[in-house]
Amino acid sequence: MKEKLDFYSLERPIIALKEQIEALEGSEDSNRREKIAALKAQIEKEWEKIVPKLTAVHIVQIARHPKRPYTLDYIKALFQDFMEFHGDRRFADDPAIVAGLAFYKGQTVAVIGHQKGRTTKARIERNFGQPNPEGYRKALRIMQMAEKFGFPVITFVDTPGAYPGIGAEERGQAEAIAYNLKVISRLKTPIVNVIIGEGGSGGGLGIGFGDALLMLEYAFYSVISPEGCAAILWKDQGPTAVEQAAENLGIRAQKLFELGIIDKLIPEPPGGAHIDHETTFKNVDKHLGQTLKKLQQMSLDDLLAERYRKIRRQGVFETK
Amino acid sequence: MNEGLWTRCNNCQKILYKQDIIDNLKVCPQCNYHFRLGALERLQQLFDDGQFELLDQDIYPVDFLGFQDQQKYEDRLKDSQKKTGLPEAIVTARGTLGGLPVIIQAMEFAFMGGSMGSVVGEKVARAAERAVEEKLPLIIISCSGGARMQEGMMSLMQMIKTAAALARLSEARLPYISVLADPTTGGTTASFAMLGDINIAEPNALIGFAGPRVIEQTIKEKLPKGFQRAEFLLAHGMLDDVVERKYLRNYLIKALRLFLNRPEA
Ligand SMILES: [Zn+2]
Repeated sequence: MKEKLDFYSLERPIIALKEQIEALEGSEDSNRREKIAALKAQIEKEWEKIVPKLTAVHIVQIARHPKRPYTLDYIKALFQDFMEFHGDRRFADDPAIVAGLAFYKGQTVAVIGHQKGRTTKARIERNFGQPNPEGYRKALRIMQMAEKFGFPVITFVDTPGAYPGIGAEERGQAEAIAYNLKVISRLKTPIVNVIIGEGGSGGGLGIGFGDALLMLEYAFYSVISPEGCAAILWKDQGPTAVEQAAENLGIRAQKLFELGIIDKLIPEPPGGAHIDHETTFKNVDKHLGQTLKKLQQMSLDDLLAERYRKIRRQGVFETK
Repeated sequence: MNEGLWTRCNNCQKILYKQDIIDNLKVCPQCNYHFRLGALERLQQLFDDGQFELLDQDIYPVDFLGFQDQQKYEDRLKDSQKKTGLPEAIVTARGTLGGLPVIIQAMEFAFMGGSMGSVVGEKVARAAERAVEEKLPLIIISCSGGARMQEGMMSLMQMIKTAAALARLSEARLPYISVLADPTTGGTTASFAMLGDINIAEPNALIGFAGPRVIEQTIKEKLPKGFQRAEFLLAHGMLDDVVERKYLRNYLIKALRLFLNRPEA
């Protein structure tokens, strides 16, 4: 049987071109601008060949790519004067979620997101972006602070899921998420969510819903990880079962857009967000800015009524 | 001996006369083990004279993703409907409890593990909206493995849908009592089951966000005794009380009287 290539093998030609670009960028070559442009065109060509071959598992691998931009990268690129605030005032500070205030396009906003680490040490410190209840309670505290001062809320979703641990259960992981959902549904300020990487189940949803859900083209949002789904329904965690689970779950941004769960798809640069952070930031900024502007033109009553209508539309069933 | 008349208790292993268990609200007369109840049995035990009117029975699930694991979702639905005689994993009913009009929803574990897909979410939302409209209290008896994988992300969206509808019930200042039966886990716990004005559970009910096996695999340690059981949650401040089935009906009546400010005449 022919083994399917994983995404890291598929993207090798693009990585090679990207390395050539990086080498040129630091060089004194007088023709470097033309050469870089040519290489970028080549990346685009290579990518066009790869895109039709992308399986749901490849998309999961792109979404989890270790070089993909994380929440703090977006904050650094798109926001000014970010002040991170810590702690839930109940138990602890959860490094898997960052939260605080910042300026965005000249106004104060609350910004909240899951945060993964880039190095092994940072990954462990951030618990691989898997929050404990404290993370959700901190997020809620900042959201309610935003409501009080009339600041919009922007969240970045990127988590494998809420942490399955003893302490998390003891301190009410389920209650923390449930309570966030209840409060978010009535929070009197605009909320925009951007799914930037992994939208892992309830752990994503705890800060991943509001007035507008934007999603990067190769991010995914799923009820359960494909691995978890395969283990339960296929009783198998081998690549074939995971592949089938991922395809069946319908986790692609395009599919979620068709189902009316996602409001806006944000295109990624050729190769995926990790190949070109700058273009990714630009794309996110454009859609985020437009969306926020539109929401801020609505009255609070209209905003909340529309939020509820949107929530109530979620579901597919038939009446007999 | 007629085998059909006898059964073995899952907990104390004693051989019991089936009718004795049924007469005892499906609780083992020897060891107090609470057997799982079907949704309709639950409603019969709670409502006055076991009488109630079923609502929203006309909403049916759809296999909109064409989900197929070892079995087609479509077939799983048909099997569950045949086995339970119910269209979905939750029933909504209106009736009286101690003379007080109330809406009660009960989940059916035998229907795909009581999992929450679009229909369960829709029915919870409709029940909460109806409660607001008719100014009725709401009671939900959860018994569920969580969000239904076969409806993908749409199942996850039911968490926010139920929470949002309950937020409106809350703003209308109508009581919502959540009763957690064995087991209540995943997206069900992380949405409507934990959002009651009071949350109570049956003895020894497994309640959690993550399943115990997932936690064990993650932390690679054995879990403490009684972990994620109702008594454990009570001790950790996550429940208002643990209530034995034989007291449940009276507990709910008393609680409703207090919430509604209706002392017994
Ligand atoms: Zn027994």
